[in-house]
Amino acid sequence: MRKLLLYLIIISTGIVFITRLFYLQIYNTSFAALSEDNAIKVLYDYPQRGAIYDRNGKLLVTNQPSYDVMVIPRELKPFDTLEFCSILKISKKRLVKQLNKARAYSPRVPSVVIPQLTKDEYAYLQEKMRKFEGFFIQKRSLRDYYTVNASNVLGYIGEVNDALIKKDPYYLSGDLIGIDGVEKQYEKELRGVKGIKRIQKDKHNRDIGPYKNGKYDTLPINGKDLTITIDENLQAYGQKLMENKRGGIVVLEPSSGEILALVTAPSYKPELLVGRKRSPNFTKLYYDTIAKPLFDRGLKGQYSPGSPFKTINALIGLQEGVVTPQETFSCRMGYYYGRKKTRFGCHAHRSPLSMVPGIANSCNAYFANVYLRIINKYETPQEGIDVWRKHVMSFGLGDYLGNDLSAGDKGKIPDSKYYNRVSEFPKYKWYATRTISNSIGQGEVLATPIQLANMTAAIANRGYFYTPHIIKMIDGQPIQEERFTKPKYTTIDKQFFEPVVDGMREVFVQGTASHLQSKDIEICGKTGTVENFAIIDGVKTQLTDHSVFVAFAPKDNPKIAMAVFIENGYYGARYAGRIATLMIEKHLKGEIERKDLEDWVLSHSLEEEYAKPYSGEPFKINQ
Amino acid sequence: MARSTIAAIDWLTVLLFLLLVGFGWGNIYSASYGDETFSITDFSQPYIKQLYWIALSVLIIIITQAIETKFYERFAGLIYIISLASLLGLFLFGKNVNGATSWYAFGPVGLQPSEFAKAATALALAKFLSDMQTNINLINHQLRAFLIIALPALFIIPQPDPGSALVYAAFFFPLYREGLAATYLIIGASSAALFILTLIFTPLWVVVGIAIIMLLILIKKRKQKPKFSRYLLTLIVITGFCFSVNYIFNNVFEQRHRDRFNIVLGKEVDSKGIGYNTNQSQIAIGSGGWIGKGWKEGTQTKGGFVPEQHTDYIFSTVGEEWGFLGATTVIILFIGLLLRLLYLAERQKSQFSRVYGYSVVGILFVHFAVNVGMVTGLIPTVGIPLPFFSYGGSGLWGFTLLLFIFIKLDSNRVNEW
Repeated sequence: MRKLLLYLIIISTGIVFITRLFYLQIYNTSFAALSEDNAIKVLYDYPQRGAIYDRNGKLLVTNQPSYDVMVIPRELKPFDTLEFCSILKISKKRLVKQLNKARAYSPRVPSVVIPQLTKDEYAYLQEKMRKFEGFFIQKRSLRDYYTVNASNVLGYIGEVNDALIKKDPYYLSGDLIGIDGVEKQYEKELRGVKGIKRIQKDKHNRDIGPYKNGKYDTLPINGKDLTITIDENLQAYGQKLMENKRGGIVVLEPSSGEILALVTAPSYKPELLVGRKRSPNFTKLYYDTIAKPLFDRGLKGQYSPGSPFKTINALIGLQEGVVTPQETFSCRMGYYYGRKKTRFGCHAHRSPLSMVPGIANSCNAYFANVYLRIINKYETPQEGIDVWRKHVMSFGLGDYLGNDLSAGDKGKIPDSKYYNRVSEFPKYKWYATRTISNSIGQGEVLATPIQLANMTAAIANRGYFYTPHIIKMIDGQPIQEERFTKPKYTTIDKQFFEPVVDGMREVFVQGTASHLQSKDIEICGKTGTVENFAIIDGVKTQLTDHSVFVAFAPKDNPKIAMAVFIENGYYGARYAGRIATLMIEKHLKGEIERKDLEDWVLSHSLEEEYAKPYSGEPFKINQ
Repeated sequence: MARSTIAAIDWLTVLLFLLLVGFGWGNIYSASYGDETFSITDFSQPYIKQLYWIALSVLIIIITQAIETKFYERFAGLIYIISLASLLGLFLFGKNVNGATSWYAFGPVGLQPSEFAKAATALALAKFLSDMQTNINLINHQLRAFLIIALPALFIIPQPDPGSALVYAAFFFPLYREGLAATYLIIGASSAALFILTLIFTPLWVVVGIAIIMLLILIKKRKQKPKFSRYLLTLIVITGFCFSVNYIFNNVFEQRHRDRFNIVLGKEVDSKGIGYNTNQSQIAIGSGGWIGKGWKEGTQTKGGFVPEQHTDYIFSTVGEEWGFLGATTVIILFIGLLLRLLYLAERQKSQFSRVYGYSVVGILFVHFAVNVGMVTGLIPTVGIPLPFFSYGGSGLWGFTLLLFIFIKLDSNRVNEW
């Protein structure tokens, strides 16, 4: 026993030590992480965010330097908070709140205390920075805008939120990220890649050189420059015309699907959402729930398309063989159907009409006839509706377009399931006449302006379209993406388009927009006057009609296709028609010859119209 | 004429010694080099100095092997007295380094007599125990043995260097081996256990707990009519011990001592202040993983996060740069050396050699156990070096002297039949 004691003690000590080492080095991994934090400082080198150009190479967006005050909480030493707050012009309460937030995020990783100082603020603070240990200044870049237009297209950048930091390890507190528009959609291209430098530190937290001689360091990769399809001149002109109105204009190039202009009104200047101004300005815009300046009406506004939709029904009628271009239908101030002779109203025009004048005069009775024939061609209205819907949807209506815009909506093209549900089929039967409003683009049909513009482009191309898109070139390289470069064909054969295109041309010759004729441009178009309602004090009240217009030009080999939607602008030719032809003239000729027309649009405001429902007084509509 | 002992040298021990010293130097180099280029004449660098210490220790080895075995036995007393004198002399001529007067300064070279006193004490104890007249079971002789051990320790404590004094507890092992009653072992072990229990729980709870255990034993043994008085006496002694431990800990110990205990017992977490060393050392070791970061690649070592890394905390460099495999290898080398020495001690025919051998094993073991225990955060911070590994001339020489005297004694077995 006496001989063995020391043997036992020595051996058990050895076992204890090896176990302890196993625990420290293998089992418990937190020490390795601590060591990393302890001894290696990671510095980031932020790349330049890519610039954005318009289709003509005009610079729209670039960068300006900005400076964030950052803090590493565990390196903080007691400091003169009063002086610090007065230099940065913040309250002590805010500082304490920011520091607590930073501590909660991580004691070791830098957090932003005050974001986006201007150059002057930075210059002043820089001299004093030595006094405040634990704080440092991180240079970043803010957006610098060379345009006052297209804020809805460009979007904006802002500090990345906590949820995203958790989801994507690339982003760190204080990093900037695209939040809307092109900035959001092409974030990965624009942002580039941060460079990383690892610095070996000693126990006094001093840098003693690059970690492993910079073996793991990376250089920043600058963001790519984007060229977007927008024509800044046209965009600016559209926004000018839309002043004091609400609605959207979407202008496409039919031969490519490129978006030439995307106007929503009311709008705001992009520079409002830059840097420290962003937060208060954004709040202001966000809480304007009446005018909704942040709501992109061109992309997200879902309206009944109204009469422009008649062109689609005409095409489907021809494709389904239920009507010929020559066949005429009479109209006695409307179409009468059912046992009770329900009237489906129309306006005064000569009668009977064939397809071309039918479109030109926008005869409701003509399209009621055509539509009912389409549905009734099949045994059941269910079958008929679904065939009809398939044709409609081939024009990009009723679903997302699959474009590269950060916002959008599906619109709505009803199917048999929908009517079965609302009519409680099979308990009650429903007939084609139940859906008769579809014939003139009212009722259950909804579409966004960009869908209407795309539909118009498909007609202009006589049967196909390219998915509308905003990106033209990345770093000078034209896009190759198939979804934008491959045409999508509608279910309508090419030969059926001619009578409809002729009808749209006649709109300007003898129809609803004949007074908007432009001298040497063969514009084709279709007016729309859309009934709409709002709930005012719990009562469904009809408001002044929306003014809608779709158009393309020239008739052959079209260069431009568009949809204009003016909320409560009354009949189609009144506002939307005027604006559409002006935009076409601007794009094709470069200048406006019809000054009187332009003056009319610029001098007319719809603000009074918009104020009516909120006035609390009875009002008249459609004046 | 005695036969040459060179052939009988235990080369395995020498090999283990060389491995430890060599690997130790590699780690000292890693822990202390900076931007400078390697220059053999640059005496400001610890790793260069250590290289010279190692070279000079070869001289010590040669001398220890050249001297007759009988010399050590005959002059043990004289060596011991000189050693004590050198310790006392510190109070007059010592040089104060970092608040401790443990050094004689010879120009740029400092010598630490306490490192050599261990070998001297071992010789003196061996001499005393191997005396024909000594009977370790006589209280009188026990006291004399304790005095031999305690004197140098008492001289070292006020330097102050309580860590080095603690090492003298190692002499318990040869005493026990030579027949010291097991009671001392039991009392010593239970005192240590009670001490720790008292610190973790309060003395009251410890006493209550022991009282309950005794009660249970009494109930179980009630048919054998146990002597209640004995149990009561034991309980009273334990109660007294526990409360005095509590009192001493709270009133006699200084705050820094209390902190060291509290950190190891997990009662206190303070990674910035007193716990900094232990914490950083554990981080360094823990970050090593399986195979470590590689020689001279340790980020903690390079950053100088572990204080005293090339001296007392050298093992953390091993842990960080050589990982679990390297650190375990070092542990195994030490255990191997200790077991080998223990085996050698047991095979000694003379009691003098055996006692000395046991002392060597005991001293090396306490150094090893306390140092690695401290660096890995198992026991409170006690500043003593890791033998053969830590930077320091006196330390290296002291251990070399200690070890190679025993190797010489062992090699002389060829002359003892």
